[in-house]
Amino acid sequence: MTAAPSPAATPPLAPAAPAPRRRSGDALAAALFLLPFLATYAVFLLYPLGRGIWLSLRDWDLMAGDYGYVGLLNYQDLWADDVFWRATRNTLVFVAATVPLMTLLALLLALAVHGGGRVRAVCRSIFFLSSVFSVTVVTLVWQMVLAPDRGLVAPVMGFFGLGPVNFLGSATWAMPSIVVTTLWWGVGLPMALFLAALSQIPREIHEAAELDHAGRWTRLWRITLPAIRPTIVLVLVLQIVGQFQIFGQAQLMTQGGPAGSTRTLVQYIYDTAFRDWLVGYGSAIAVALFALMLVFSMLQLWLGRRDA
Amino acid sequence: MAEVSLRRVSKAFGAAHVIHDVSLDIRSGEFVVFVGPSGSGKSTLLRLVAGLEDVSEGSVSIAGRDVTAVPARDRGVAMVFQNYALYPHMTARDNMAFGLRNVGTPRAEADARVAEAARILGIEALLDRRPAAMSGGQRQRVAIGRAIVREPQVFLFDEPLSNLDAGLRVQMRAEIARLHHRLGATMVFVTHDQTEAMTMATRLVVLRAGRIEQAGRPLDLYESPRNLFVAGFLGSPRMNLLPGRVLAADAAGGALEVAGARLPAPVPGLAPGAAVTLGLRPESLVLDPAGPLRGRVEVAEELGALRLVHLRLADGAIVIAEVRGRPAPAIGAEAALAPAPGARLHVFDAEGDALGAPLERAA
Repeated sequence: MTAAPSPAATPPLAPAAPAPRRRSGDALAAALFLLPFLATYAVFLLYPLGRGIWLSLRDWDLMAGDYGYVGLLNYQDLWADDVFWRATRNTLVFVAATVPLMTLLALLLALAVHGGGRVRAVCRSIFFLSSVFSVTVVTLVWQMVLAPDRGLVAPVMGFFGLGPVNFLGSATWAMPSIVVTTLWWGVGLPMALFLAALSQIPREIHEAAELDHAGRWTRLWRITLPAIRPTIVLVLVLQIVGQFQIFGQAQLMTQGGPAGSTRTLVQYIYDTAFRDWLVGYGSAIAVALFALMLVFSMLQLWLGRRDA
Repeated sequence: MAEVSLRRVSKAFGAAHVIHDVSLDIRSGEFVVFVGPSGSGKSTLLRLVAGLEDVSEGSVSIAGRDVTAVPARDRGVAMVFQNYALYPHMTARDNMAFGLRNVGTPRAEADARVAEAARILGIEALLDRRPAAMSGGQRQRVAIGRAIVREPQVFLFDEPLSNLDAGLRVQMRAEIARLHHRLGATMVFVTHDQTEAMTMATRLVVLRAGRIEQAGRPLDLYESPRNLFVAGFLGSPRMNLLPGRVLAADAAGGALEVAGARLPAPVPGLAPGAAVTLGLRPESLVLDPAGPLRGRVEVAEELGALRLVHLRLADGAIVIAEVRGRPAPAIGAEAALAPAPGARLHVFDAEGDALGAPLERAA
């Protein structure tokens, strides 16, 4: 009976033994590689988030010196706070205007400057250039552009027979002005992302489509856009996350005015926590903003995945 | 089905001239293969026919119509690409029907044509899959299907088999040849693989550095290469090319001195004293103890039906012979080779042009 002790049973034993050890070794190595990121993530993101929620349940009034636990009182106040709701609405309006326009503009620019040629390369650099400026510079430039009397826009208005408009001083035009400034400032990065995605589409696919009688429009709709769909979703999510945090432009151009028409949530957080020293209440607004952003990004991700 | 005609076509990308004054007539229903090493311009030439590149000079006509200025989509050609170029987000069915939809083909007719193409290619079961869920061979079939449904006047293949593994390549080679037979369509096929070229072509066009070196039926090129390049490019293992000198010559032929031996060369046009290159196909050589090419066996490759014997001659040159008898000579043994009776000797002059061979100009 030396011949065949069930050949199937014996061989797997030999390689099976070292496998678990190697796997646990891999897991250890993986954990070690992840550790620096996890540590940073915990210290700079998870801890502050938890700390923020913790603060939002306390008074933490730096002026009055009250640091006591107040439960959900801050949130109850928030619910009844007209300024908060106004700021939320302003922020939502800003996001609703900026995100689609920014994505569309970035896509159109990317489609226009994608490809070879020196002119396109120069245009790519120029369109991206605005992104490197700080918000202070950008808002200063646009305040000058929009200045009612001496601004760049004034002669254009005059050419069409329109009187000077105080864009930043008008409750109607202040928000659109901030949107335009933001588009000009922020279009570079999404455009770069779209350019990268466009360059990933093999040339042969466009050539095949050309031979398949697809016109420019058909190629855009049926070939290009489906191919860069993941990037469109990425840009939308990044834009939502980014634009909800609008602060600098509004703070520097209108200080939230006129009459609170451009006051945004982050600005309100800033005013509450660092001007009025109500850190607990400010934290509650921050938590509300966090929830809002989470909902919208998740929604976007889900929509992107649903019929991908 | 249509004929394709290139008239003095040149192509330059900036300062780089890749196609030089190429003229070629492809007859209706032919299977023409452009073959050449990389950089020979074979793919560019195909893209000029397709209209994916514009000619710098010259003209292209398809089915008697000058299409030099006609955009690719209106030339009536379909192309199969090396990387398949399937639309990744569409199913096989939509990939194949895309072109038909774009020209407004009624849905029922488009469906019927897709179904027929799928049947021909045996890909009915794949029609609702996307390219990502298919193997390389399946993708290539879908890409060919996409070309078939268009019912083009000319099929263009740009190295379609290069991304497939060896077994599949042989299979697809036969399938495309069968398809050509079945459809009777004009096909132009680009490859760098001389075996592919020899086996598939009804006419072979050998290109080098943007010029046609020789064009003709595969066997004609194989048996009568016009120059050293074609001689060395076609055939595997490649033709043995040995430097030599003409010893004596008359109208009917003469004798050559090659590797210290004297070989009769029944080739007209020899000039005594001239430096030449002698070309001998491996299958034209036999082991012969009295043979003029003597040397030591370096390698003997056993292929089953035959053996490839690599003989190192006295002057250091290697000669490869296909030996059918068994056993093959042992490695290290002395052996001698002689041209087989009736075998064709190719003699090339110092410029590399074949002597005595019937010169077939590019059609």
